[in-house]
Amino acid sequence: METLRLGWVDYLILLAYTGFVIGIGQALRRYMKTSSDFLMSGRSIPAWVTGLAFISANLGALEVIGMAANGAKYGMMSCHFYWIGAIPAMVFLGVFMMPFYYGSKARSVPEYLKLRFDERVRALNSITFGFMTMLTSGISMHVLADLLQKLLGVRYDLCLLVCAGIVLVYVFKGGLTSAIYTEVLQFFMIVLGFAPVVYLGLRDVGGWQSVKQTLAQVAADPQKLNLGAKALRPDAWTGAWAPMDAATNNPMGVDWFGLSFGLGFVLAFGYWCTNFLVVQRAMAARNMSAARRTPLIAAVPKMFFPALVILPGMIAVALAYTAKDGFSLPTKPAKLSERQVERALPAIAEAVDLGLGGEYAAQTIGQALGNRLKPTEVSAVLEAYKAGAKTAQALRAPLIRAVVPENDYNNVMLAMLRRYCPGGLFGLALTALLASFMSGMAGNVTAFNTIWTYDLYQAYIAPNRSDAHYLWMGRAVTVAGVLLSIACAYLAREYDNIMDMVQLVFGFVNAPLFATFLLGMFWARTTSHGAFYGLLGGTLTSALFHGLTISANNTPSFLKGAWITPLRVFQSEMAQNFWLACFAFTACFVLTVVISLVTKRTKTDAELQGLVYSLTPRLVDRHERWYLRPGLVGVLLLGLCLVLNLIFW
Amino acid sequence: MGLDIRYPIGIMFTLIGGLLVVFGLATYGNTEVYRRSLGININLWWGLVLLAFGLFMLLMAWRAARKAPQASTESEPAKSASSSAQAGSGS
Repeated sequence: METLRLGWVDYLILLAYTGFVIGIGQALRRYMKTSSDFLMSGRSIPAWVTGLAFISANLGALEVIGMAANGAKYGMMSCHFYWIGAIPAMVFLGVFMMPFYYGSKARSVPEYLKLRFDERVRALNSITFGFMTMLTSGISMHVLADLLQKLLGVRYDLCLLVCAGIVLVYVFKGGLTSAIYTEVLQFFMIVLGFAPVVYLGLRDVGGWQSVKQTLAQVAADPQKLNLGAKALRPDAWTGAWAPMDAATNNPMGVDWFGLSFGLGFVLAFGYWCTNFLVVQRAMAARNMSAARRTPLIAAVPKMFFPALVILPGMIAVALAYTAKDGFSLPTKPAKLSERQVERALPAIAEAVDLGLGGEYAAQTIGQALGNRLKPTEVSAVLEAYKAGAKTAQALRAPLIRAVVPENDYNNVMLAMLRRYCPGGLFGLALTALLASFMSGMAGNVTAFNTIWTYDLYQAYIAPNRSDAHYLWMGRAVTVAGVLLSIACAYLAREYDNIMDMVQLVFGFVNAPLFATFLLGMFWARTTSHGAFYGLLGGTLTSALFHGLTISANNTPSFLKGAWITPLRVFQSEMAQNFWLACFAFTACFVLTVVISLVTKRTKTDAELQGLVYSLTPRLVDRHERWYLRPGLVGVLLLGLCLVLNLIFW
Repeated sequence: MGLDIRYPIGIMFTLIGGLLVVFGLATYGNTEVYRRSLGININLWWGLVLLAFGLFMLLMAWRAARKAPQASTESEPAKSASSSAQAGSGS
């Protein structure tokens, strides 16, 4: 990919943004007097600020880049990450769960688990969560540095260090407050930076109707863009629900049940309701009402985010199909190992012996290689073989030329930025990309330092120290967190599949967790033994399920699944993930219930007050204005979400 | 917390918006620059949008500051009370 040159306007915009995020940290510095100020913002922030920070902390570079990739790969169905995933979960968090998180005076999600159950559950949750934050932060740094290197030709290490340095400066100075305030700034930056690109893209293809028409043609011939082997129904890329009548009818390879239960109920609720990274934002709100409104306020823009992050991916596919102005989907450079070529040698020999031509030879050789081949280039390979190049070494170069390169979906957003941004706007979009990366990283670092300081350091390593000591520790861990993220970024650069690995472990841990919270908050009979062993059992179930299943386009391996035996083959990795979540959740739920029923309760009703729904006095908000009543606002949001689902059915 | 986030947001977008408008005017009619953006002077127009947004944020911050100087002094003791309760409930 050729690199772009930045003009002076672009640099000025970048500089202005950087100056402001650092300035905010500087301005907040004098307010950081206690560890609570630094790690919890002293619970003093208005709801609209925590609300926007709530979305922004999750809106890392991975989300912006990944959702555009999903838009291209799976089309409209990607919207379910928002419409059936995030929104209902956020409403549930605000209406039902926030009273316990905020009202219990717990300082973190693991601390709530300690109050509700015991130390074991807390330790299990804080350790896995700590690992996950550092790894995700590192991976997102790696993605960004890699991207800037490709786009601008800046050195990888330089990008990494400069970006991490900026995050370090403002989080170190202003703690969580600084992270939250800059996240609000970043929220507007991301929205206002990407919006013009989407507008130009939509205008270029001729509006939504024309996107729909072109994507219907794509669905009839997905092979042209290497998006799939067989033709699908016309609305496969543009319908949110219609193509889900059967798993074979849509590019994601899932049916409506797997998606609603797996993604909607288990994964989304597990993420949004129990992940400290986002819940921490709501816990920093100035009072209970503001804390409950945080996820509800966040749900409003979140609902319309697909237009900003998924639509560009769909537009890119439409543009690539019509090849407008020579546009094509970005591809990964083809790679073949000599071992692969070795395996294909018999097929090549056979094709030459039988005198097979292009199309058919391409198919048999391609099968042996595990890649799709261009028939026109395959004849060159056969010629080379006939001319005496019979070793894998000699045939590798012509074969690589014949391989149809895989789409690099992660570069779709970038391709759109390059296509539509003149100097000036390009600086703005680039700043938006940086902003999304920094907000994600700052979110991870602030969540990590709270968990470390309160749930691990204060709880197990050095209890009963002065508050000044914990404030100092919070600052020190901020530095450590940034350094660890950098280390993880290099790890991700070294090992290609570390990303899959993390997602896998994340799924293992996250999927059963929601069952523990659900039972803990709404069933007073749940015991600590039940919660701990249920969670452990749920995680093991995930691992077992993963060992027994595989996605159709993968070969069995430790990372991809079926390392025990391929008992069941799914259409896509996505389907495998969703079903894994369903099983893990159910296992954790059933185990927790059964073990709770046979073990004794260790906490009395009085101890559980404020922690369990049935033992806590209801919050009365009938006298409030309508927009201050979480229940009512929640119903309105769900209604609006339903309308969106119906419009794009 | 003592800082109204609307000020920095407002100032930043006013600045960046202004910058884009100036650049948009300087490159007005330059078809080579705006070939990418379908012939639209996107810097000028989007700069104006950002400018308007920035000024709106500043206006909101200014109004809030004028309306409630007493509210901020009121919340100060309440805040320190809650944070000491926090420290008490910890460990």
